[in-house]
Amino acid sequence: MEGRLPKNTPPTNQAPPNKAIGLKTQIDAIATHYARRRSAIMPALHLYQAEYGYISRQSMEEVAELLDVAPVQVYEVASFYHQFNTKPIGTHHLQVCTSVSCMLMGADCRLEQLERDLDIECGETTADNKFTLSTVECLGSCGTAPVMQVNNEAYSENLTEQTLDDILRSLNN
Amino acid sequence: MFEQTLLKNINVKDANHLAVYRAGGGYEALDKALQEIEPEQLIDLVKQSSLCGRGGAGFATGLKWSFIPKDSPLPKFVCCNADESEPGTFKDRVIIEKDPHQLIEGIALCCYAVGAKTAYVYIRAEYSVGAKILQQALDECYQQGLLGKNILGSKFDLDVYIHRGAGAYICGEETALLQSLEGFRGQPRLKPPFPAISGLYASPTVINNVETLACIPHIVARGAQWFKDIGSPSESGPRLYCLSGRICNPGVYELPGGISLRELVEQHGGGAPNGKRIKAVIPGGISAPMLPESALDIAMDLDELKAAGSMLGSAGVIVMDEDTCIVKVTQRMLWFFHYESCGKCAPCREGLSWVFKLLQRIEAGDGKSGDIEELERLSGGIFGNCFCPLGDGAIMALRGAITHFRDEFINHIDKGCCPNGTSLSSTSFLPSQA
Repeated sequence: MEGRLPKNTPPTNQAPPNKAIGLKTQIDAIATHYARRRSAIMPALHLYQAEYGYISRQSMEEVAELLDVAPVQVYEVASFYHQFNTKPIGTHHLQVCTSVSCMLMGADCRLEQLERDLDIECGETTADNKFTLSTVECLGSCGTAPVMQVNNEAYSENLTEQTLDDILRSLNN
Repeated sequence: MFEQTLLKNINVKDANHLAVYRAGGGYEALDKALQEIEPEQLIDLVKQSSLCGRGGAGFATGLKWSFIPKDSPLPKFVCCNADESEPGTFKDRVIIEKDPHQLIEGIALCCYAVGAKTAYVYIRAEYSVGAKILQQALDECYQQGLLGKNILGSKFDLDVYIHRGAGAYICGEETALLQSLEGFRGQPRLKPPFPAISGLYASPTVINNVETLACIPHIVARGAQWFKDIGSPSESGPRLYCLSGRICNPGVYELPGGISLRELVEQHGGGAPNGKRIKAVIPGGISAPMLPESALDIAMDLDELKAAGSMLGSAGVIVMDEDTCIVKVTQRMLWFFHYESCGKCAPCREGLSWVFKLLQRIEAGDGKSGDIEELERLSGGIFGNCFCPLGDGAIMALRGAITHFRDEFINHIDKGCCPNGTSLSSTSFLPSQA
């Protein structure tokens, strides 16, 4: 199918092929929820990301084939939404909310603490591939600011220097 | 003491389970509607209640439903907007996580009223816990005959699916949400046609906010008049207010519509911590222009807030105390809008980038005389010229700050630093995503 993907997209997944078959069955089932198969692009990308940690070129091509769209139509979706990682990230993705309510409650200090302790800048991944640090826009938990989300898990709320320390330590073990 | 309706179950153990919800009278409204109320009557009932959308725009819900054509051969759809992303807003999450059946019952009633057999809940990706809880609740409904074919022995069929977003504020805009549901980038569509005529898959579609839909079972169970009697004449019904920022008791509060901002912030929120003075308040998510402390006696009412140059929006109230640097808050707000701009139209995409850079330099102490005038000039070029309300919201936020706190901007430029000396971060911060 026409529609090439940009060269900087990581090309392939490093995973056994049987996993991909499982994904395809799931995506086929999800596609029945919609009047058009294209609607299942986002759910499919979520499944691929959950499986591989990010969305590679191969993933996009597989999704495209499965849903009868051009690869570039999958790419335009994958590249638009902030939560889709089109490059590999660390095992623990630390996403610190720095929007207004969290900022007012000291989110910038927590972010600096993480940068210092992990010895990386925001937006980077540690050398051992364990942590990726980024900021996110409002997580919708302003009453318990400052807030952080690790991967897709439940939020870490009311962060203090101490609780953030504890979280990092538990993730390191 | 005001009777809690929308939040009545949040402290009930296991309220997210069907058995607990039904023990408290849950799904009786749906049963009643399916047995006794014609779809047209249900729309009229919602109209009579004067319920207005709780997502931000405040459009009359019954009226919206009545726009769905009765004679269309196309399938009809209902989309629940659970893409709650307006900074300062976190009320829908409480309903989804603590009382999901209240939402599902509201969705079912809406679908019955407009003749939809399929509904989607568009939930933001970050609410992964909420999505799991909601899916469990949907599964229970299918098992118990509350969703699927012949619901509660009636001839009404309904399927409800969850569609997870992936981190895009713009998808809270209803046509961007539809684009996203159809598997495209979340970029708004031109209106008209409005979704009621040509929405999802070009079919008639109702899009309602979570809290709006959660009100429906109560209106059916207790009547339109009961709903209208709560709140002020222009703000019917109970409302969920979110309190955050520099405030003693942050959280989600259910109170009558139209209460005063001062009562909300001081009596319920307990004012600013450590005896500090409140400096400014954002009344309805960051798109709503901030108001100075002197304006707090205003009612949380669509018309009054509009007259004061702000808006009720999502009722997400953010409190700033005397130590807050307004320039820094404004810079952060405009970063948000700039970052979340979908890129479809130039005034928003290019204009907000420019505005953000100016604010960044003022905040960093590098502002030049004339920068405020330049911000105002740019605002004039952006406001009213954008494809959707995102760009306008950004400019409203900026204008609110400059209108009420112009001196702070001038001071930053003249002194080359924050006169408060209270910036929370030592570095000039630029958020960055992985």
